[in-house]
Amino acid sequence: MSDLLYTEEEEALRSAVRSLLADRCDAATVLARTESEQPHDRELWKALADGMGLAGLLVPEDRGGQGATHREAAVVLEELGRAVAPVPYLTSAVVATETLLACTGEAAAELLAALASGRTVGALAVPFATAPGAALARVRYEGGALHGEVTGVADAAAADVLLVLSEAGLFAVDTGRNGVTVTPRTSLDRTRPLAVVTFDAAPARLLADAAEAEAAVRLGLRSGAGLLASEQLGLAEWCLTETVRYTKERHQFNRPVGSFQALKHRLAGLWLDVVNTRAAARHAADALATGSDEPNLAAALAQAYAAPVAVRAAEEALQLHGGIGMTWEHPVHLYLKRAKADSIALGTAGRHREELADLVDLQAPATP
Amino acid sequence: MTGSAIDAAELRRRTRALLAEHPPAATDRTDFLKARFDAGLAWVHYPEGLGGVGAPRSLQAVVGAELEAAGAPDNDPRRIGIGLGMAAPTILGFGTDEQKRRFLRPLWVGEEVWCQLFSEPGAGSDLAALGTRAVRDGESWAVDGQKVWTSSAHVARWGILIARTDPDVPKHRGITYFICDMTDPGVEVRPLRQITGEAEFNEVFLTGVRIPDSRRLGAVGDGWKVAQTTLMNERVSIGGMRIPREGGMIGPVAAAWRERPGLRTHDLHQRLLTLWVRAEVARLTGDRLRQQLVAGQPGPEGSGMKLGFARLNQEISGLEVELLGDEGLLYDDWTMRRPDQVDFTGREAGYRYLRSKGNSIEGGTSEVLLNIVAERVLGLPPEPRTDKDVAWKDLSR
Repeated sequence: MSDLLYTEEEEALRSAVRSLLADRCDAATVLARTESEQPHDRELWKALADGMGLAGLLVPEDRGGQGATHREAAVVLEELGRAVAPVPYLTSAVVATETLLACTGEAAAELLAALASGRTVGALAVPFATAPGAALARVRYEGGALHGEVTGVADAAAADVLLVLSEAGLFAVDTGRNGVTVTPRTSLDRTRPLAVVTFDAAPARLLADAAEAEAAVRLGLRSGAGLLASEQLGLAEWCLTETVRYTKERHQFNRPVGSFQALKHRLAGLWLDVVNTRAAARHAADALATGSDEPNLAAALAQAYAAPVAVRAAEEALQLHGGIGMTWEHPVHLYLKRAKADSIALGTAGRHREELADLVDLQAPATP
Repeated sequence: MTGSAIDAAELRRRTRALLAEHPPAATDRTDFLKARFDAGLAWVHYPEGLGGVGAPRSLQAVVGAELEAAGAPDNDPRRIGIGLGMAAPTILGFGTDEQKRRFLRPLWVGEEVWCQLFSEPGAGSDLAALGTRAVRDGESWAVDGQKVWTSSAHVARWGILIARTDPDVPKHRGITYFICDMTDPGVEVRPLRQITGEAEFNEVFLTGVRIPDSRRLGAVGDGWKVAQTTLMNERVSIGGMRIPREGGMIGPVAAAWRERPGLRTHDLHQRLLTLWVRAEVARLTGDRLRQQLVAGQPGPEGSGMKLGFARLNQEISGLEVELLGDEGLLYDDWTMRRPDQVDFTGREAGYRYLRSKGNSIEGGTSEVLLNIVAERVLGLPPEPRTDKDVAWKDLSR
């Protein structure tokens, strides 16, 4: 049975991350950041990744990392979700890092160490909606360079290096080089913006040959999907806590609105969903960390459960805040946009349920 | 030896000594259970002399494992669930020494079955409004009233009873807690047939029932406080055991889906998968809750478990009836029966569907439990109340 609790060390890590975010990443700061030319908070990233060493949690010490596990990374993601922090943690320190961990070559090892240090940011160049088991977007490798386009790449604008899949294998492409164009798209979630990346004879280093590239990418996506549940947990918890606080303070009809059963029952129901999400998210983190209890199943289960909960938490938060929840000034929309984007990212809940259908032998009806 | 000195090794040693002295294969079942009680291995967290040794509750598993390995009989806990889960902790918490000595041993051994006389036709969610009257008459009390939803009343020797002893004070203050002799001539038990066709519960009519004052639990007027212990234990005992994947109501639906591809539709597939996910996550939440208890960090999460399972059981069994199509139009048996114990999953889909409707009503309605979560866990303010300072006799009814 997996360990579904938090260790003392994990709780200590949480406090450290939370206090940094309380200092550097309040809602007003995040909102202002989304409207600036520079949507990613590089200073915050530096503090988290370089200062606290959190970018290398998944990487063993002898490969340049901190030698921790998915369990600790999940705790970091809970806190980042709670703050809707605009940093490329999921994309670089989880998805790209996990992909590189599964590659055996020297170039991959070098890039892995660079990502683990936090001084280089990486992004896997596949559409953010790609589920771990889905068809993968590929570009052409021809004449020693890459050609083609990938749309919907999350955090590409913050990345120094893109991991790019082609029929010939997985390649590293430096975003500053000639032949690489990163075009930001106007994104629903501006705290994790998407971009189109175009390769026009872009110089590339081989990270993994065709034989191991696809499996590596799928492992990266699986960890991303499994740990995204922890981000969704943190996000949903913020929505619940904030809404409970608000409904205790807000008075209408000469009573706190939180004293009306119609609202209390909705919040209690949401609490129950958050409690369940915690079990699902911890289960996924532990399964990914230990490899026990079927990591594929645990990740799909967590995503199938957590994605709709996070969306509902944000939607309930908005509704129960009333008019103020509809304003640009109030942070709840940041959470709604992140939650909705997260529900598509790395595969929708429906896609993960279909994955489960295979894994637990509940097959779809045969098509006549 | 004092309780604090008893560890797992010592419990293992004592259990083996019990087994050596009373080999299960050669010992009468009841005699074995009595010997186990007297050895302090019945419920190890109870005090010495009352079936325990004052050890941590988590060590019960050590005893259980030894006994199971030796093929020892158990006390059939499902048959005596109300005694074990509700009456016993209340007697332990509020009973006199004499009451504890008299009642706990036959309760645990299963010689005496207990039932719970709490709910009334006019007092369901608002249990504290109950109207069954107990009037003091010398050294005893005379009780008149009606109780309902009483499982096991027809086989019970004793009932835990709350009754109104003072109608002139607000409702929570005028209640007293008693142990009622179910063989008293004033006790009449009638089966209460429910929507499944069977009568798992009873109505109990109390007419001039005599209860000696020595069978009062706690002080006169303190019954509501005493009852809180009973009710807290009721909710703890619901959903306490670890179940394997697909161990609950989702099991038979998943099995039917696998075995009978002809029943499958795309719509049912999506809904089944959604429920499978919810059932599996609820199971993990139960695991997490137990891990918290073992680690000595009990959280408020337990308050939500029953809420979640009630909704899940209802939705899953509803889907199952629909999945079965033609067969879902049938029902296994409407015969009026009085089962000894409740089995939510034992019969067919139609029964599961109907029986699970009770899951959101029994042991606290889901609406009341949502209020409890909202107020005690989330700290939301209570609804304004109109009943707190009104004498019971002046309440509207």
